[in-house]
Amino acid sequence: MSGHTDMVLVDENGMRIDGRTATEHRPIKIEAGVLKNADGSAYVEIGKNKVLAAVYGPRECHPRHLQNPTKAIVQCKYNMQAFSVSDRKRPGTDRRSIEISKITAEALENVVLTELYPRASIDVYIEILQANAGTRCAGLTAASVALADAGIPMRDIVPAIAAGKADGHVLLDLNKEEDNYGQADVPIAIVPSTDEIVLLQMDGNMTREEFDKAISMAVNACHEVYDIQKDALKRRYSVKNEESDSDE
Amino acid sequence: MERRNAKPKRELVLPGDVIDESGAKAGEYAYSREGKVYAAVMGIKNVSPIGVSVIPLWGQYMPSAGDFVIGVVNDIGPSNWMIDINAPYPAPLHVSEVPWKVEFGDTSRFLNIGNVVFLKILSVDESKKIQVTMNDSGLRKVEGGLLVEIAHSKVSRVIGKSGSMIQLLKAASGCRIFVGQNGRIWIDGEEDRAAVVADAIKMIEEKAQARDLTEKVKVYLESKLPAEEE
Repeated sequence: MSGHTDMVLVDENGMRIDGRTATEHRPIKIEAGVLKNADGSAYVEIGKNKVLAAVYGPRECHPRHLQNPTKAIVQCKYNMQAFSVSDRKRPGTDRRSIEISKITAEALENVVLTELYPRASIDVYIEILQANAGTRCAGLTAASVALADAGIPMRDIVPAIAAGKADGHVLLDLNKEEDNYGQADVPIAIVPSTDEIVLLQMDGNMTREEFDKAISMAVNACHEVYDIQKDALKRRYSVKNEESDSDE
Repeated sequence: MERRNAKPKRELVLPGDVIDESGAKAGEYAYSREGKVYAAVMGIKNVSPIGVSVIPLWGQYMPSAGDFVIGVVNDIGPSNWMIDINAPYPAPLHVSEVPWKVEFGDTSRFLNIGNVVFLKILSVDESKKIQVTMNDSGLRKVEGGLLVEIAHSKVSRVIGKSGSMIQLLKAASGCRIFVGQNGRIWIDGEEDRAAVVADAIKMIEEKAQARDLTEKVKVYLESKLPAEEE
């Protein structure tokens, strides 16, 4: 959003630098249950983003003062690996990762049936292995699959995707160049069964019309992501079934 | 896959899937909104006269009063023991709920950290505070034997329809078996026989979705058990 480039991000045919149209998202790959020691886990690739999410719980809440006597709390830790970006990221928490942890936890708290587990805590860990813009959406997408994989009761699975503006065009799922040299970035997460929005941020500037267009584009794309998420979970079940059928 | 069609279809549902639109009541692991019932976990849809519920494929054990469980002593207090029962919450076992006469502060003479006990869930209150007891038949401190852990949702498979599976395991191996609702199973008997039973239970967990599981387990036990009983 800050930099400036002579690069043509969207050409006269409406094609983007990675060959996508304005309403196309990057290829998405989701795999559920990739980690054995966590209660639930998921691995997500969105374009060049590679994200791993793990879920523990519900379990006893530590530190004790965070316990809520009426419902469970969702704790999230978003972490970028030092090697996730081209110039090494200084490891550890920073302002950005604290923010993303907070918004992810709040988005998930909206769908998890927290009132079933008073005083407990559900811990979500998101590790960014490789970043190429849109990691908060990839992280949230992975985290909600991991929650379902952990068998935690929830109202729905949350898909997330960003829309934005670059070169004066409203685009879906910005990549790194479009994010860096574009005019706006709007990450969105929804509850697909009701179309409620559980995460909405905006960085940069857009007109009201552009914003509305971005929202509707992102909501449509969220439903596509949702199908991929569900497919990943179903595959996990059928893999288990095949295993048990094959060695009969 | 075709042979499965003979029996009622087991429908896999995911969180957020609509599982009923006829106005039925939402059962376990389901919730209702605007007259529709939605699944809350990934599992198999289950329709009963009480309502539409979901049988989870995996997930945490949630204690409910009357369950028999196997616990491990975690911590010792002057008048109680904290027991880990594989649930999101710790379960305190008070001295008044054990079959021994325990003096105040003398708790460690009876049960120590790491000891395994058979317990019954006495009560689970609104805020999920759990109370457990050892004052019931068959409940005691465990010595010896083998402890295996499986997903609690597969426990009903290990027990089988009206206890068929567990009867088979007991009869075929001659082992004593105690199945905790929390997914912990204790097996006691000759070492090699107990090991075979443990393997069989692991197999039941893995193949929980398979048809004619009892028959398969029977074949497995017959082939693996050391032949000396015949």
